[in-house]
Amino acid sequence: MQSSSAINYDYTVAKYFTVATIVLGIVGMTVGVIIAFQLAFPELNNLFGEYGTFGRLRPIHTDGVAFGFTVSGVMATWYYVGQRVLKVSMAESKFLMFIGKLQFWLYVVLVASVVVSLLLGITTSKEYAEFEWPIDILVVIVWVLWGVSIFGLIGIRREKVLYISVWYYIATFLGVAMLYVFNNMEVPTYFVSGMGDWYHSVSMYAGSNDAMVQWWYGHNAVAFVFTVPIIAMIYYFLPKESGQPIFSYKLSLLSFWGLMFVYLWAGGHHLLYSTVPDWVQTMGSIFSIILILPSWGSAINMLLTMKGEWGQLRENPLIKFYVLASTFYMLSTLEGPIQAIKSVNALAHFTDWIPGHVHDGTLGWVGFMIIGAIFHMAPRMFKREIFSKKLIETQFWLQTTGIVMYFTSMWIAGITQGMMWRATDQYGNLSYSFIDTVEVLHPYWTLRAVGGLFYLIGVFMWAYNMYKTATSSKAIEKEPQYASPMA
Amino acid sequence: MFHWLEKNPFFFAVGVFLVIAYAGIVTIVPDFMESARPLKGTKPYTALQIAGRQIYIANGCNTCHSQLIRPFKSETDRYGKYSLSGEYAYDRPFLWGSRRIGPDLHRVGNYRTTDWNENHMLDPEAVVPGSVMPKYGFMFKKSIDFKTAYAEAYTVKKVFNVPYDKPGMPKLGSYEQAKKAAFTQAGKIVADMRNQGVKDAYKKGDIKEIVAIIAYLNSLK
Repeated sequence: MQSSSAINYDYTVAKYFTVATIVLGIVGMTVGVIIAFQLAFPELNNLFGEYGTFGRLRPIHTDGVAFGFTVSGVMATWYYVGQRVLKVSMAESKFLMFIGKLQFWLYVVLVASVVVSLLLGITTSKEYAEFEWPIDILVVIVWVLWGVSIFGLIGIRREKVLYISVWYYIATFLGVAMLYVFNNMEVPTYFVSGMGDWYHSVSMYAGSNDAMVQWWYGHNAVAFVFTVPIIAMIYYFLPKESGQPIFSYKLSLLSFWGLMFVYLWAGGHHLLYSTVPDWVQTMGSIFSIILILPSWGSAINMLLTMKGEWGQLRENPLIKFYVLASTFYMLSTLEGPIQAIKSVNALAHFTDWIPGHVHDGTLGWVGFMIIGAIFHMAPRMFKREIFSKKLIETQFWLQTTGIVMYFTSMWIAGITQGMMWRATDQYGNLSYSFIDTVEVLHPYWTLRAVGGLFYLIGVFMWAYNMYKTATSSKAIEKEPQYASPMA
Repeated sequence: MFHWLEKNPFFFAVGVFLVIAYAGIVTIVPDFMESARPLKGTKPYTALQIAGRQIYIANGCNTCHSQLIRPFKSETDRYGKYSLSGEYAYDRPFLWGSRRIGPDLHRVGNYRTTDWNENHMLDPEAVVPGSVMPKYGFMFKKSIDFKTAYAEAYTVKKVFNVPYDKPGMPKLGSYEQAKKAAFTQAGKIVADMRNQGVKDAYKKGDIKEIVAIIAYLNSLK
């Protein structure tokens, strides 16, 4: 193996996507906080006419955070990690550099068109697949460019063995490609009828079929955007930051192939007690339980990597982010299967417990991992120390408090509402009208919004810390080997 | 074998793809035809109802309202008969939703009237104190996009053989015919409404969004 210092890695594209991660994190989460407050204080819906309602803004939040913040984070880390584990620099190939930059700028166009079209109400309504067909085509182009970049870099690699992170990046690329294409099959109505809006389309699938394809997609978009590439990150950044080798190679193998095999079956748990075939629902339920194994396999592998080095938790705030991320990964991959049990789902489905669960994963696992990864990259990309350790510590505790407020309030809200929907009096009549079950949520919704706000403030701290790191922090001469230097 | 795969990215990628692809094939494909079959008596939406459905989608009504009544007594008591697969045969896309911030709407046409919907869309809080639903006053001012609604109906008829113009099924016909039919259908709803602006617009041949969305909501039974 060649020593990495011999190669001059080029982080141009990684820096671009780092900026995108921060900007889109702020945008997506700000919208999230706004819509959270809208539930608690509904007057906030009517500030901007039709463009400011919950229904219009909600997809901008979900897509903004999933495909804006998270995907940018995936790209930023790929353009950093990819070179380093394959032992080849982007600067060695003009072609790959061009592809990387092209991918970034098309991605910017894509994000802008998504925001505008969703504000205008141009949407297919399918969750996390709201984009109309012209944008879908752009998504495919951006994604194919990423594929060219991955396999191009692999093609000219010096290190022959693909590191674990690369497995996960490849899987992300393939998984999202497959899911996205099949779920977005649609017929543009203008080309059939010759009239109406040119961008309007109608789904290829109807009713229960559409639901099945959508949640095969929807569930696995979670897998291949919020799980797989984030595991790629932790397999790289945790050992790099801590100086500890991965606990078990065999466990990583088992977890990887297990996750690939099991995850795709579990989509049916979004459709329990619906009109899709019963056996699909049962399969979804069972495989969701089995999914605990590969998920915990990865998480435990991470925690055991820190064996004997737990003291680092005290000294290094980035290790805090990574360890808390794996812990939240364990929490949400246990909570999900519990919600997939049919009798639990009967209560939990359609309630706030579901978004509560999603945010355990996204805020705790995805958010913390991306923030921690980019902090680790910063001194290496900008050749400066991280601007402020104190600020990272403050950010960490503020955001952790925010997450705890978020999920506890949503758990209580969800279970309360679910119980009230089914409550009956002594004669068997429903005890509560629907609005009773809404009014009771007000305090929890307020608490949730404040929790979200804490997290958002943390993101602003991160942005400020990154900005100072990139521009005015103390320069470092040699690339740090393990723990990131910080002032 | 795994060591070998780790040095051969092509076969590694093929391996991953096979492992992730076949779950989808096994779970989705077998019942595809079966679950797409309409019930006896299930009819496709009229063009005006499609216009309303498009407005429903554009404003993300499905982010807060489900259209899926699960087979529990607490749900059938509240919302009516539980949902059946065939009822959705003409729903492209499906609109089951994933969170009930507001109540289910799959059979809202059975228990809410044009009049109720009109007042409620204008100011939900005035009809249901404590409601967190936004006001939809702008729907009383914006006109519908009938061309896109017709384009959708025409497309599903041509591409997916949705049985428009068949005996006992809604008429679609040419654009002019469909427009006329929609106008008549809208007239019945406008007659039940109070808003003067909407009535005046209708007299000038202009259908407002609120009329189409009420037509759609009334059709949900």
